[in-house]
Amino acid sequence: MANLKELAARGDKFTGGHRACAGCGATIVARQALLAAGDKPVVATCATGCLEVVSTIFPYTAWDVPFIHSAFENSAATISGVEAAYKSLKRQGTVKEDIRFMAFGGDGGTYDIGLQALSGAMERGHNMLYICYDNQAYMNTGIQRSSATPKGSATTTSPNGKKIPGKVQFRKNLTEIIAAHGIPYVAQSVVGNWSDFTKKVEKALAKGGPAFIAVLQPCRLGWGYPPELTAEMGRLAVDTNFWPLYEVEDGKYKINYTPKERKPITEWLFQQERFRHLKRPENQAILEEIQKDIDLRWENLGKKCSQ
Amino acid sequence: MSELKKYKELALGGNIEKSGTAVDFKTGDWRSSRPVYHPENCIQCLFCWVYCPDSAVILKDGQVTGFNLDHCKGCGICAHECPGKKKVKAIVMEEEVK
Ligand SMILES: Cc1ncc(C[n+]2csc(CCOP(=O)(O)OP(=O)(O)O)c2C)c(N)n1
Ligand code: SF4
Ligand code: SF4
Ligand code: SF4
Ligand SMILES: [Mg+2]
Repeated sequence: MANLKELAARGDKFTGGHRACAGCGATIVARQALLAAGDKPVVATCATGCLEVVSTIFPYTAWDVPFIHSAFENSAATISGVEAAYKSLKRQGTVKEDIRFMAFGGDGGTYDIGLQALSGAMERGHNMLYICYDNQAYMNTGIQRSSATPKGSATTTSPNGKKIPGKVQFRKNLTEIIAAHGIPYVAQSVVGNWSDFTKKVEKALAKGGPAFIAVLQPCRLGWGYPPELTAEMGRLAVDTNFWPLYEVEDGKYKINYTPKERKPITEWLFQQERFRHLKRPENQAILEEIQKDIDLRWENLGKKCSQ
Repeated sequence: MSELKKYKELALGGNIEKSGTAVDFKTGDWRSSRPVYHPENCIQCLFCWVYCPDSAVILKDGQVTGFNLDHCKGCGICAHECPGKKKVKAIVMEEEVK
């Protein structure tokens, strides 16, 4: 696995000059993923969402690799088709190189509208890595809730008001849904731990076959925190056990990092505008529910690791 | 981009025929503060480089030398992540003045 000097020597494949907000975590995901993959040729695609929109405004593209534009719902289907065509060309001897295939998608494009395309591609067994950059809402269209939005979070379609105190439901666990496909490699990583993320990308690509990584991606606009804290907010989500770093390799679970002391979830929530209303005394019960849910999910994950 | 092309001169399907063309687009004027580099406090850990969302930390022979101010948006992540030497940061954000 490459260290920072080696990654730097590979050179950037995701350029500056894109239109993401200052401090955007999504572009950090794309940049680090391409650095990690960069020792071999890569073909990439991305579902419509912030990452694709900010990086491919005609006639500019921040992707310094062959890139195919996808719609919102089918980034997994797009790359699986490209990979199938490549296999055929390779059999015919037209293409000789080893090429890697990567698809990116936001939480809306992956947990919600792209779920069936992703499930199909994983089940068919394409040689591809799907990276979900999870910023926990539909950011590009103005912060609407998705099935990845955590309970209590205020979005424009789950506002904090008289009727509801932000999103009512708990978030869906997509990583476990993809793990249930029994594919060779599934992992969770985070913006804020470059080493964990780039290692997982390298590992996923080296394994071959379908692979999936969900990366928690802080979004300074939708979450409401100062831009310099993007990496910090990711690490805090891990230190509170809200977002465990773990992998499922050939069905075997492994937690990659255990915080020395689990921080209370309020340390993460109260730094973000979207959870600000949870500080009010009448919302105390919601905080307790959230903390209980995190501890239960962590406990269940631990059980899977010892199986 | 120098001049808008006529549609007949465009590639089929509106393809962008060269990769990485966004380097020609300048986002530096979005900045309200800029990172200032103090090499005497730098330990060359490359954290600033690996976390910059705008690929704006300049490396020469694998060493940080400064920032590409055509692209840097002044987010301050580099300065926040910088460990510096003896707790003195090698990157300090300073307000842009017109
Ligand atoms: C079929 C379809 N429906 C709706 C849209 C409009 N749309 C574009 S981006 C987007 C939200 C994307 O959310 P997410 O996948 O979470 O990515 P993010 O913007 O948060 O990075 C929507 C609804 C679309 N492009 N296509
Ligand atoms: S809204 Fe969030 S995800 Fe979208 S460009 Fe801005 S910081 Fe990035
Ligand atoms: S301020 Fe932000 S955009 Fe500018 S060099 Fe630092 S990390 Fe990159
Ligand atoms: S983060 Fe700070 S110490 Fe590390 S390379 Fe960058 S400027 Fe130097
Ligand atoms: Mg999103």
